[in-house]
Amino acid sequence: MKFVKTLFTASALAAAITGCSDTSVEDAPAAAQVAPSDAVKVGFVYVSPTGDAGWTHSHDQARKYVESQLGDKVETTYVESVPEGADAERVIQNMASNGHNLIFTTSFGYMNPTLKVAKKFPNVKFEHASGYKQADNMGSYFARPYQARYLSGLIAGSMTKSDVIGYVAAFPIPEVVRGINAFTKGVQEVNPNAKVKVVWVSTWFDPAKEREAAETLILQNADILTQHTDSAAVIQTAEAKGIYAIGYHSDMSEYGKKAHLTSAVHNWGPLYLEKVKAVMEGNWKKENLWIGIAEGATDLAPISDAVPADVKALVAKKKAALKAGTMRVFDGPVKDQSGAVKVAKDSTMSDGDLSGFNWYVEGVAGKLPKS
Amino acid sequence: MHSSLNAILETLFPFKIEKRPSDSKLMSYLSPLIAISLTLISGWLLFIALGVDPFTALYTFFILPISDFYGWTELGIKVAPLLLCAMGLSLCFKAKIWNIGAEGQFIMGALGGGAMALAFLESESSWVLVPILMAGILSGLAWSAIAALLKTHFKANEILTTIMLNYIALNALLYCVHGPLKDPEGFNFPQSALFGDASLLPLLHDDYRLNISLLFGLLALTAIWTLMSRSWIGYQINVLGEDAAAAKYAGFKEKTLSWFALLTCGALAGLAGVSEATGPVGQLVPQISPGYGYAAIIVVFLGRMHPVGILLASMLLGLTYMGGEMVQMEMTLPKSLTGLFQGMLLFFLLASDLLISYRIIRIKKTAMPSDPTHAVSQG
Repeated sequence: MKFVKTLFTASALAAAITGCSDTSVEDAPAAAQVAPSDAVKVGFVYVSPTGDAGWTHSHDQARKYVESQLGDKVETTYVESVPEGADAERVIQNMASNGHNLIFTTSFGYMNPTLKVAKKFPNVKFEHASGYKQADNMGSYFARPYQARYLSGLIAGSMTKSDVIGYVAAFPIPEVVRGINAFTKGVQEVNPNAKVKVVWVSTWFDPAKEREAAETLILQNADILTQHTDSAAVIQTAEAKGIYAIGYHSDMSEYGKKAHLTSAVHNWGPLYLEKVKAVMEGNWKKENLWIGIAEGATDLAPISDAVPADVKALVAKKKAALKAGTMRVFDGPVKDQSGAVKVAKDSTMSDGDLSGFNWYVEGVAGKLPKS
Repeated sequence: MHSSLNAILETLFPFKIEKRPSDSKLMSYLSPLIAISLTLISGWLLFIALGVDPFTALYTFFILPISDFYGWTELGIKVAPLLLCAMGLSLCFKAKIWNIGAEGQFIMGALGGGAMALAFLESESSWVLVPILMAGILSGLAWSAIAALLKTHFKANEILTTIMLNYIALNALLYCVHGPLKDPEGFNFPQSALFGDASLLPLLHDDYRLNISLLFGLLALTAIWTLMSRSWIGYQINVLGEDAAAAKYAGFKEKTLSWFALLTCGALAGLAGVSEATGPVGQLVPQISPGYGYAAIIVVFLGRMHPVGILLASMLLGLTYMGGEMVQMEMTLPKSLTGLFQGMLLFFLLASDLLISYRIIRIKKTAMPSDPTHAVSQG
């Protein structure tokens, strides 16, 4: 009994001492080492598993990049495969209430839940990817992968023999339609005879369905495939069938040693680092960012040796022009499927029009599913 | 060869499984408890294998999510739809009608009710909730009516028809949020406009998002419990499920009973769907259901088809989802743990259920066969 009591006193004493030393750290001048407990806590909410080589993978790479750059000044956590229904709000709210300073919600369906939580936690900063709503403590951001799509279209248009290119796409939302159109525009610029065929799989991540869609496209004579879904199944199918493919989200070369020509990739690292630093320094402000090749958020993975040098040179030239801002992907004239000019010569599409893209450009085969 | 192998087995493990003269009532209640204990023990070992402190991990998984009032209200949000779907399903399963269609009925309820809420976007009267909820209930009911018609009229297997109807419902929802019900100011993203404040279900408390749908769930529980234990139609459903031939002999109308069970389930699942849309979600989105209709099937069996069991089971299942989020956030453990725990729970439940109809008894010495090969293998 006495022993237990002594133990208690001792532990209380120990707690008091550590408590004291904690205060002394806090009292120390700002130049002193930042204790891990003062680290900025950053949370990430993901829509799919982190290991899928796709969308979520690209965000998780950026999370790791932030950790590697800031060391113990930052503490990151994530929750993966969060459904976009009622559950998202709870996950975001749990993060906000257990001490996170900055929360990235990385899927469109999290927009309204993020907004609801942001209103309840004015001291926490929120960053939502791919949406259009902001608040005082909620910014939004997105990349311009369609720029890299356009560049990869130049490669596909030059490499196709059958003049049929297959595109496995998730849902007919503006972001995906924009990618299809940018890709097709690239294809058509170098090869006006080539057509892009689209198969909708109605899922972001389902390797079996994506593979089936890829096989359907091959049966329809496609000799180059690309995809706007999250897995590498389309690349793997192309590799198995001995045709070429272009990846998306992250460099998918390891899934198709011969098939992989290049990938349109995201690079969220620099943006996330900048946002975390802003929170640390207390000068975070809400923004509506749409950044692309110029800012390094969008890029093209290394191009395969199977691509001829002159095509590589063309891609490099166009990439430099996009970077410098001397050209934009949807500079006129842009025609729709019926051949009508939708964007006149010497004009370009506004960001607003790009955000709501709901028609196909010339060169896409088939009808866009819509109301 | 075969018999000697058997003999070795019998020596090492001198027990055998024998059918009980009648099902053990005690075991049917003990079985879920055995399953939960085995799940916890396996979870303990699993966490040790993962190199984390098992006590902290299990605490984070099962206790931390409900360690404050907010956690309980969040659990309520998950329990309400599970409970509504599961009570409807229990009615069907009691009658041995294998309705897998609660998911589709849930989605149609959300779609029908959601469409009605969008029609009343400008309204400020809270009376609009009445037509909205009715639309949700009737949509779910209509969806189950298709399965009922196919079953009673064309003798189509309800397992197949309801599964297929689930896919049709999901695609109907996708069509609507990509098309006619898309938010006109939403930059062509596939979701509806946010519902007006008047068409949202009243909250039980302003600080939490738990709404009156939990009361719907508890009401359904009481109603179905009373129906099944006190009413003539409940009795008929029980008899139909126990012995269809006897039910026919007694003159019970099988078709009427099938219609009744399926329509009730459709109405309840539809109510769950519209409550989800006008509750925590507040708009129509493609992912309106995280699979509540399917999870409810697990809930019914885990809860022994008994209302109290179903309530406890829906709480346990809801907790596994929340626990999965918690261990990711607090301990950076993988999401697949949620699936693992749910899988273990079902696996151990099915295994323990064997003990309801069977018992394990010790093999008596005299029961050993006097086979020479047997003697050799022993020596």
